[in-house]
Amino acid sequence: MSNAVTVSAASKIFPLARGKRVVALEAIDLTVAPGEFVSLIGPSGCGKSTLLRLIADLDQPTAGRIEVFGKSAKQARIDQDYGIAFQQAGLLPWRTVTGNIELPLELHGIGKRARRARAAELLALVGLSDFADRYPDQLSGGMQQRVAIARSLAESPELLLMDEPFGALDEMTRERMQNELVRLCAETGAAVVFVTHSIPEAVFLSDRVVVMSPRPGRILEIVPVGLGSAGNRDDGLREASGFFAAVKAVREALHGVPAEEVRADSAAGVPSGAPGAEVLYASEAPAPRGLETR
Amino acid sequence: MTRFRGILLGTLGIVLLGVLWEGYKAIGPSNGVVLNGLTVLPRTNDLAMPHLATMFTRLFEPVTSAAGSPALWSAVTQAAGFSLSVAAVGWLIGVVVGMLLAVLMQRFRTAESALLPWVVLSQTVPLIALAPLVAGIGSQVRFGEARWQDWMSVALIASYLAFFPVSVGALRGLESPDREHVELMRTYAVGWWKTLLTLRLPASIPYLLPALRLAAANAVIGTVVAEVSIGLRGGVGRMMIEYASAASGDPGKPWAPIFGAVVIGLLAAALVAAIGLALRKYRRGEVPA
Repeated sequence: MSNAVTVSAASKIFPLARGKRVVALEAIDLTVAPGEFVSLIGPSGCGKSTLLRLIADLDQPTAGRIEVFGKSAKQARIDQDYGIAFQQAGLLPWRTVTGNIELPLELHGIGKRARRARAAELLALVGLSDFADRYPDQLSGGMQQRVAIARSLAESPELLLMDEPFGALDEMTRERMQNELVRLCAETGAAVVFVTHSIPEAVFLSDRVVVMSPRPGRILEIVPVGLGSAGNRDDGLREASGFFAAVKAVREALHGVPAEEVRADSAAGVPSGAPGAEVLYASEAPAPRGLETR
Repeated sequence: MTRFRGILLGTLGIVLLGVLWEGYKAIGPSNGVVLNGLTVLPRTNDLAMPHLATMFTRLFEPVTSAAGSPALWSAVTQAAGFSLSVAAVGWLIGVVVGMLLAVLMQRFRTAESALLPWVVLSQTVPLIALAPLVAGIGSQVRFGEARWQDWMSVALIASYLAFFPVSVGALRGLESPDREHVELMRTYAVGWWKTLLTLRLPASIPYLLPALRLAAANAVIGTVVAEVSIGLRGGVGRMMIEYASAASGDPGKPWAPIFGAVVIGLLAAALVAAIGLALRKYRRGEVPA
């Protein structure tokens, strides 16, 4: 069976005014196996969102090739091989929760009864059955994001693309949503490409963490997490030693220095944090749109 | 609570206007206030400024002293109904044309560059200049047996005023969806037409409703002015001119068609408010996720 995603030697250059240009991505090679959970992590401007947009065919690479399930990214988009969720839930405010989940089904000509049934099923999956007839403005941010995830699952895609879907949520909600996402992935068996700038989030969710660096956007290292199958992950994992080891590995890859030197830095007053604490990029605002995602 | 306040304040505004009128009439000099030969405040005699009571009681007297003449209010109501229906036709044409222009401009960037300046420019042409022109061209138009009617010219002129706010408002509305929403539609691999129907049109409604209200007001004004300009019988516009000549002997009479025009405006506004009520689910504010 072909890979869910194959990126070969892809690069993306955005032209700016007066002949200047930004190299958003340079020579990216990456494969995502079917059912695999891969996170893209890195500081703002490292091109992680751009890479996701290339896979989604929302942008085209300047050079290189992107394949999704052995097809071109464009064909995969047309065939609806992936579901997508953005940082903003992006629900249509005039549609009820059910109406929003039904949107892709409706657009692709699925009958009304089948749509209703599928929406009810997905609402149960994300635990919002009691809110089927509410409007988005009556839901909390976390609930809206769950609706958006249910919508991305509507057509049972084999691949989920998620661009910081929990980025706008508070820490508590965020951890709960991560637990739910792990469970959803175990149940649906879909491959996931997940953009984040939280190290613990990436480690908790992923089979592999792709660490990227900015200007030009490149892959520094791919850290295998190997914390066991998605079905076995729960809150306990967040305190397990394997989790901390993986967090440390990702941190080191991001800094490009061994852990000892990082500790020395922190002793010298450079801000750092306890293992697993999110100190590096959590406070950083999402990248300016123009650079990161245009 | 707020609704009650609204009704109270609205009533208060009308009462204040009445008090101002009668107050000035009571204390102002009967020949008006004249400074250096210029009349800066109007005369207050009963011919120039009839009592409010005179205006209202006149409504319930016959139109003329001729036998069998109907009550003034019923004649005005009939004329107002005629004008309202002509204005409604004009409004409808204006809304359709305005929407089509907006959709065209949204679809093709070049159309926006080419059309928008003309749309704005079109509103600088004085209506009075336009009316006889439209009637003149219209009189040469025939559809088989059917002939161009004068009321069609009036409706056309009303639509000329009505389409402008619709095209501008609808264009803003059609371009209002967030980038996330537009890209979501792209990931669903649906074309421009389906995106228009499921995303852009619903999203444009909060922008469209104020435009429809402006268009309704414009259509009413356009109808009344065009009736006067073309000389179309049957509506309140022509009635104002006819009754104005009676002012010297019957000062309450010219006010009747003015009241008629006000009622038309209120009805038109109410109609649009009803449309807004029917579309209220599209007016939910977008909340940050």
